[in-house]
Order: sequence, then structure tokens, then C-alpha cells
Amino acid sequence: MTQKLIPPSGFTRRGALKTLGLGAGALAATTAMPGFIQAQSSAPIRIGFQVHRTGIGASYGRWYDRTSQAAVKRINDAGGINGRMVELVPEDDGTDAKRGAEVIEKFATQSNCDVAFGTLFSHVVIGSAPRAGELKLPYFVVSEGHHVASGMLNRYTLQPGITDVKSQVQAMAPFVAANLGKKVCMIFPDFAFGHDHRDYFSAAFEAQGGTINAMIAIPPTETAFTKYFPQIPRDTEVIYHVMVGPAVLTFVKELGEFFGPSRPELFGFIDSLEAVDIASPGLEFLEGSYMWEGNPRYAQADQTEYDKAFRAAVGVDDNGASVSDSRDISTYAHMFGCWETLNIIKAGMEASGYQGQGDRAALIEAVEAMSAMPLGMDHPQGAKIFNGKTHQTFGHQYITRVESGKLLLAHTTSIEDTLYEDEVDYTTRSF
Amino acid sequence: MDRALALHLGVIAALGLAYFVLPAYHAGNLARIMVLAIYAMGFNLAFGYTGLLSLGHALFFGAGMYGLALSMQHFGAPTLPALLIALVASALVAAVVGALALRTKGVAFMIVTLMFAQAGYLTALYFSAWTRGEEGFVLPQALRRFAGFDLSSAAGRYFAALLLFALTLLLIGAIVRAPFGRALIAIRENEPRATMLGYDVQRLKWFAIIVSGTISGLAGATYALLFGYAGASFAAVPYSILPLLYVLLGGAGTTLGPLVGTAFMIYLFDLSSSLTDAYMLIAGVVLVLLTMFLPQGMLGTLRKRALPWLP
Repeated sequence: MTQKLIPPSGFTRRGALKTLGLGAGALAATTAMPGFIQAQSSAPIRIGFQVHRTGIGASYGRWYDRTSQAAVKRINDAGGINGRMVELVPEDDGTDAKRGAEVIEKFATQSNCDVAFGTLFSHVVIGSAPRAGELKLPYFVVSEGHHVASGMLNRYTLQPGITDVKSQVQAMAPFVAANLGKKVCMIFPDFAFGHDHRDYFSAAFEAQGGTINAMIAIPPTETAFTKYFPQIPRDTEVIYHVMVGPAVLTFVKELGEFFGPSRPELFGFIDSLEAVDIASPGLEFLEGSYMWEGNPRYAQADQTEYDKAFRAAVGVDDNGASVSDSRDISTYAHMFGCWETLNIIKAGMEASGYQGQGDRAALIEAVEAMSAMPLGMDHPQGAKIFNGKTHQTFGHQYITRVESGKLLLAHTTSIEDTLYEDEVDYTTRSF
Repeated sequence: MDRALALHLGVIAALGLAYFVLPAYHAGNLARIMVLAIYAMGFNLAFGYTGLLSLGHALFFGAGMYGLALSMQHFGAPTLPALLIALVASALVAAVVGALALRTKGVAFMIVTLMFAQAGYLTALYFSAWTRGEEGFVLPQALRRFAGFDLSSAAGRYFAALLLFALTLLLIGAIVRAPFGRALIAIRENEPRATMLGYDVQRLKWFAIIVSGTISGLAGATYALLFGYAGASFAAVPYSILPLLYVLLGGAGTTLGPLVGTAFMIYLFDLSSSLTDAYMLIAGVVLVLLTMFLPQGMLGTLRKRALPWLP
């Protein structure tokens, strides 16, 4: 007689269907009744956090994550927002425009988020913003792109915690013209990021009485740069460079080999070297050169108490590295934007008496009504002025000089240096 | 009515019904899946039915996307003319690329198509004054309308995606059973024999690339129209690989395989990312297992083992 090896479990097809049906019903019910769940006044405020966990932006994403977690901890330790705790709901956008839009949809229609926040790379923001606007989900970005203030996006998309590339670039022109030289050769990657620098800096620099004597566009797939350097005019006083990606190390090394000990002044943007140790082999040539930084990576002699506390909260040492691993260099020039944006969301929700998703428009109006943002623990990078019409903030920029492998502060711009004419008035657009 | 057509109509009807029963998130996902399935169906015509493994279909997707988005953004073209421009643009690009790339075969064909796509991607970056390069640009909501319907609304987007998906599915279903489609399958199965039988194999493959590229361009245009964004990242290498994965998973040479594969991939990433940060690892392992144990894809295996009539 054969014996069944597997005893009957009592698990029937009908039973399985019932279970599946109940499960599907429960799933549908929880998804279809976000309003009911939201109505629980003690429920946490959910902030959908669009983060570059994978893809080209992953090093930024890692530090945006740490900064945001620290900011939320501080907010919750202080009692939350309107008496409710704050919960970050992180989702990887893969540094991809399509996935970014999917994540926004998930925040709005499945994760029951009150607002969306985060992310750096412009293509992810621009690919996501239309969906945020269509789903009427406030979308606070930390991207530094000019896309918000240019008027391309919508009333639901704001950038209150970090300045944009246009204001950053134009604010560099007075310092370069006054201190480094009047004849500038620009070297930039031949795509939109580089073109923004080309267009905004050249206009601002010429307004300062300077001359752009050459513009050298490097194709984005280029890996060797020496062949471009003979195009640098002999009378160049300053080389303005904004190369990005892994090739920046080769670029700097080859530039050093090309010029040897006598070179023009160098001015660059730290974007190229975020999360990269300035003391890396090959970067020696940067010694004595100048960098834009959104926030100085190294703790400066006149460090504010707020910067000190911000570093401690996020876990960054005086050299801009993780306190737990000195090789893990932060993206210090940008990540403060997450901290400040979350504090602005808090201030906006408190000002508008935000209770639930029905108050989203009031939240946006409350943020649009903001203007001066003083230096303090909510804004440790520096004071800012928010323009509610353009949904863009303006603030101080920092210029540091590489000395003995460290970035030491050479100049702080005024906020006025960063201002430009409004290009849009989002407040005239309907919700 | 034969079973294949009945199945196609049934799937279309089920997708129409799904909008009313699915929660908003899943309905939104399904709209995107249908758009990307159009892309996969276009790719499937070249790869699954003709045996042409292209690694450059992102070029056609991008041509359609920019054909529509640039004509709307810079010239104010209404939706229908912009869609026609997108179809013409992608057909022209496919015709040129096909004419040149089909001088090669096998691995060389893959490399040549990949290089063309990379050239297209770099072209989009180069003309950033028009395209905004890697950043891309937003198509204003006010432009995204057709015959009074707002294509940026949930229902407008879903049913526009469904309409174009349905048309493409029925077109593909008709093509693969027409003499043209049969000839393509013959080429895939045994090209020398098809040549010996008197088919103009080179011309048929060229037509296949043109139709495949045009359908892919339709998908690119539809994505820009329904989701309001056009950017160079959609013309980059990953977007040439994605339809290959969709088709391999769903079943190459099956009409519904692209839909199944696209849905599977989108939800695989979505669900695994909810479980862990290492979701790419999970997705990778699942894809390897599926490729090992279902080498003909889900519907390909189903057709082989249980439903031989499956189109």
C-alpha cells in the first residue's frame, strides 16, 4: 500500500479563493480610504522622500538620506508638527526620470503622503513635477536647478531650501573679476548643466567688465582632455571649469600636466568633487585654486554654532567626512538643503494650521508668503530670502581656496549678488 | 471570430474594466505599463518575430518623444499633428538606421544599432537649446488635450493609453498573421531558406525595422503626451535594454508577451523596492531564475506547454 508522503492540510481551492478575496478586499479598502486614515489626528505626517539610492546620484542620495533623517529626528524631538510626529517615507527614484514620476504617484495615491520632498538631479525633478502638479501633491525639491524659478514647473513644486544654479553662477562673477582676473576661459561639459554655466556666468562676468576669451565645450563621453587644452588662449588669466562625473579626476590631472608649475588662476564648482576627497591622488594640482561651495565642507575658523550643531546632528566631522568613516566624504555643499527644506515644510504646516491633505493648498500659500529666513538652527547654511512668486530661495554663496589639501573660506557673497529678475509668478496660477 | 482575436479583444476589454475596479495607484501604473508595452510590442516585431536583436530602439522611442514634444513646445502643434510628426520622425529615423544597420548581421547588428542610439542620445544633449539635453523639459498641461479630453487627467491618460495600446495590439495581431508577418517569422526561423524561396529578405527586414521603429516612436510620443515630460535619458542605453527584458520575460514572438513582461518588470521593481533597499539584487535574481527556467518567457512557455494556439 502506498502512503501519502504529504498529509492533507485541509487547504482547499475554495478556501484559498476566499482568503485571496478577503486579502484583496482589505488591500483595496486600505488603498481606497486614505481620507479615513488621514483623519486620525494623531497619525503621523507622512513626507514622501524621493531619494537617489541607486544610479548616478547615489552618493548624493546617501547623504541626502542621512541629513533628512537627522532633520526629522530633530523635528520629532521638539514635538513634531502641529502635535503630530513626522514620518519619512523613502522611495528610491533610481536617479531616473520615469521612476521618479512613478515614485511621486506612489506617494500621492498609495503611500498616503501629505507632501513629497527631496531629490537632486534635474531630470528626475522635471520628469516628476508634472505628476506632482496633476496629483496636487506639494513637491519640495532640493535640486539647485533653475527649472523651478524659470517657470517651467507648476504651483505645487517649490525649491525653498537651496539656491539655484543661475543665482550661484552669477554671484561668482564679481569675486572672479575683482580678485582672479578679467580674461576667463570657460571649460564645461557640452550638455545642459554646462550650458547653464556658460550662459549665466558669461553674461554676469561681462557685466562686471570681464571678457570670456574662449568657451571650450567637452563632449559628455570624453575621457581624455589634453587635446582640448591648446584651445586655451595664452592670455587667459582664469580658467573656469565645471567638469562633472568620474572624468573630473583625469581632467584635473591632465590640466596639471599641461600647465606645469605656471598656470592661470583656477575657479571651479565643487559639484564635480562632492563626495570626493580633495586630497585624492591627482587632485594636487587644485592646490591654490578656488571653488564654489553651497556650504563649506571643512569647518572654518569662524564656524557658526549652527553649523557645528548641524554637523553633529548629521554625523559629519570637521573635514566634511562621516564621523564613523573618514573616507566617506559628504556632499556638504548641497545636503543642508534637505535639512532646511524640512524645517520650511514644518514652518509652513504650522503657519497654515495643516491638518490633512485638504490643507495642501493652504500649505503652499503659507510657504509662498515666507520671505526672510534668518540664520539659525533651521537654516544653518546661512540666512535666505524666499521669493514666493518664483518658488525659489536666494542665499549666501561661499568661495573657498584649496590650501594644504583643505578648502578654506576666501569669500562669502551677499544675498543681493544672487538675485535676478523674476521669470514667473506662480501665485497667479490656480491650484 | 478566432480565438486569438477574441483573446486580444478580451484583454482590451479587461484593461478597460480595470480602470474602474483598481485603486488609483494601480490604475496609474497600468496606464504607464500600456505605454511601455506599446514600446515592447514594437521591439517584439523586430526581435521576437524577425529575429533582429537591436540594442538601439531607444533611438526610435526618443525620435517619437522629441517629434511630438518639440513640435508641441516650440511650434505649438496640436496633439494630433504632433503625433503624426512623431510617427513620421521615428519612421524616417528607422528607415535610415535600418538601411545602414541591416548591412550587418548578428553581433555586428547589435553593435551598430547601439552606436546609432548612442549618437542619437548625444545629439539630444548637443542641441540642448531646443531639448534641454539631459534635464529635459515639461510639456505644459494646457497643450496635452485631444478632442476636448484632458490627457493629463487620470481617466484621460488611462483611456488614451488604452486606445493606443489596443490599436497597436490589433495591428500587431493582424501583421503577424498576414503574409508579411509570416515571411518575417520565416526569416527568423531560417533566413537562407526564406531567401531560397524567393523572398526579398533584406527588404522585408527593412520594412520590419521601419514598422517596429514607428511603433516604438508612437510609445515615446505617447509617454511625453500622457506624462508631460521629454528628456534625453529616455534615449539612453538603458531604454534600449528595457524592451528587450520586457519581451524576453513575457515571451518573444507572442503578441501579449510584451504586456505581461512590462507589467511583471514594473511591479517586480515596485514591490521589491518596498521590501528592501537591495531591490535591484532581488530583481536581478528573479530575472536570472526566470531566464533559466522559462527561457521562452512566460507566455512563450505557456504556449509551448499548454496553449499552442496562443498568438
